[in-house]
Amino acid sequence: MTTTTAAPPSPVNKRATAPGRPVRSVHRKWTEHGLVFVAPFLVVYAMFLIWPLLSGLGMSMTSENITGTGGEFVGLDNYAEAVADPDVWSSLWNTVWFTVLSTVPLVLVGLGLALLSHQLRVVQWLWRLSWFAPFLLPSGVVCLLFAQMIFPSGFGLADQMLAAVGLEPGIGWLSEERYAMLSIVATTVWWTVGFNFLLYLAALQAIPVHLYEAAELDGAGAWNRLWHITLPMLRRTTGLVVVLQVLASLKIFDQVYIMTGGGPDESTRPILQYVYQQGFTGYRIGYASAVSYIFFALILIVSLVQPMLSRRRAEEAAK
Amino acid sequence: MHPHRLSRRRALAGGIGALAATAALGPLSGCAAPSTAAGPGQTRLRFWHLFGGGDGVNMQGMLDAFRAEHPDVSLEAATLQWGAPYYTKLGMAGAGGRAPELAVLHLARLAGFAPGRLLDPFDLDLLADLGVREQDFPAGIWQRGQVAGEQYAVPLDTHPFVLYYQTELCEKAGLMAGGKLKRIEGAEEFADALRAAKKVTGQPGLVTETLGPDCITPWRLFATFYSQTGGKVLSEDGKRLALDDTKALRVLEYMAGLAEEGLMVRRADYGASVGIFNGGKTAFHLNGEWEISSFRTTGIPFSMTTVPTLFGRPGTQADCHAFVLPHQADRGGATNEAAHELVAWLLRNSVAWAEGGHVPAYLPVLKDPAYLELKPQSEYRGAIDDVALDEPAWFAGSASRMWIELGAVFSGVLTGSRSPRGALTEAKARLRTLLDTPDPLPGAAS
Repeated sequence: MTTTTAAPPSPVNKRATAPGRPVRSVHRKWTEHGLVFVAPFLVVYAMFLIWPLLSGLGMSMTSENITGTGGEFVGLDNYAEAVADPDVWSSLWNTVWFTVLSTVPLVLVGLGLALLSHQLRVVQWLWRLSWFAPFLLPSGVVCLLFAQMIFPSGFGLADQMLAAVGLEPGIGWLSEERYAMLSIVATTVWWTVGFNFLLYLAALQAIPVHLYEAAELDGAGAWNRLWHITLPMLRRTTGLVVVLQVLASLKIFDQVYIMTGGGPDESTRPILQYVYQQGFTGYRIGYASAVSYIFFALILIVSLVQPMLSRRRAEEAAK
Repeated sequence: MHPHRLSRRRALAGGIGALAATAALGPLSGCAAPSTAAGPGQTRLRFWHLFGGGDGVNMQGMLDAFRAEHPDVSLEAATLQWGAPYYTKLGMAGAGGRAPELAVLHLARLAGFAPGRLLDPFDLDLLADLGVREQDFPAGIWQRGQVAGEQYAVPLDTHPFVLYYQTELCEKAGLMAGGKLKRIEGAEEFADALRAAKKVTGQPGLVTETLGPDCITPWRLFATFYSQTGGKVLSEDGKRLALDDTKALRVLEYMAGLAEEGLMVRRADYGASVGIFNGGKTAFHLNGEWEISSFRTTGIPFSMTTVPTLFGRPGTQADCHAFVLPHQADRGGATNEAAHELVAWLLRNSVAWAEGGHVPAYLPVLKDPAYLELKPQSEYRGAIDDVALDEPAWFAGSASRMWIELGAVFSGVLTGSRSPRGALTEAKARLRTLLDTPDPLPGAAS
């Protein structure tokens, strides 16, 4: 158990590596726990996350209104109402559907762009910049850009392109149920794919070159190198990207709020917008809190189940 | 005022992330009171309103004139975004008891705005001293400002749904007489007028907003025609469903028929509907009177009139802008008097306000020659007598749940995604849900 680091071992390090010495935390100064350093964060975290979480849970069991005056305790009535509310289910379904529709292209396109950019050795900074740049724009800018320049029926860029290839323009990209959700997905992909691209690119650059060299000596072609080295080495990143993407997609709100307002006929309204409508235009903060807690439970399940699945996969792969 | 799509979309309710939404809202730390700009000997008067676009310019001009005449008052006006967010802010300010001295509210929303708790009553004697009395207003809308014997709202105007017409096209289609649109009476006659216009241009004769985020026009269209059948959406007290299936279905089928026959543009969001009429190839446009400024700016030949009576009796969907006194824990004294003074002054000078298309509620102004000279604004002043306000319910009125939800349902009738019968069933289901939901903001006075 000797350390191989060239640097002189720090006291903490020594304690951790010295065999048989029980750690007597009692005698530690509390700075050694780092508590003092994380205290500011913890205070903010408690004030702006833990406390609102708990107070929201409390509110979800009252008939509290937006002005915080005159709520009564109603127990689980709000939850019962939410479970029986068809709008909760339809907007939850819209959220899930958007997540399914957006996660697949966001992961695949991100991977594709990263592979491309990794292969293209010329002007690499330009590819990186141009694919990541949209991600830096605020949601309002992106959504207005698409809603008012690309998707307007008849004179938007999308229709003009159709007309250019001889197809019939005049499609209601955002106003017809068939297209509205797809248009929002397309906007989201353009806007946020840069983030996944960056994660993949970093992972690609971390793959040891000697693996490829060895494969080449064994006569593996480009396709085989991709299939047997690159993709397996990216498995972990893919797991991470998928989880982050699913969580991000579930939280869809801005794009729908700005581009379609949840329409046409509420076919694109996500659950968060329903929470917003109930709480901020219907003034029912108690009910809105209950609906958001149902959604919170769903997000929690997703974020807990996914790592368990990937761990199991990793264990199986290790056998 | 009225939603201009562009301006409404501009401001986001800040991406409410999952956590913010999940957590509802923790206790907000009190905002520090802004330092007052009032100089020595000046009374501070804060006024919140929701007038954007041309209305905003008009209101700004009126407020500047008031400032010039009242050097003893330091008037701080805040223009907030029209729509649901405005009411959220106003409600929260009133709940905190530290609201502005004066604000604007849509009259049909009064019932849902906790009069007595979020709003303070007007001092009628004080108003009378300033020349504003009950008999100066149409009885119906004055009384809508009353709850439990107190006056919580004083109407400024009514803003009805009107018919805009392109004068040159209507002339070509033979629909004009003596420089004005010929009288149109009955549903079939209106459809004929649209057909005649279509013959001239080859385009649908009518354009109006049929879809889009939070689109309200389909509801306005339905409410206008349905009120003409004599039907009521809710009972007098706003507590029960009173929708008459036969009458409502007749109206919905008529709306669907116009779209199916190609007499009106099937798919247009708010901006597009204004843009298409501005393009000058469409004879008619149905909208609130507030777009007058847009059409004046582009200079197309147009005029305006009350919506023709298609179903028996005159009636048009409308709401009114009204003044309210948001609840202050210590309302009274000089600031409260200044608020009353501003209300009276704006009412007496509402000719300037009428330029933006609204019909003044203050009757002496309606007789003012300066108002009567306003063309086409004074052409539809009769609408003030046929104002069909929503029944008093917490979920009714401008930018309310009812408007937004039913707007979405009736939008489907115009675009063809819903059958009239299906829309009626859906509308009734939604109204029932709203009726079954207890008022989240019960007022002390209601």
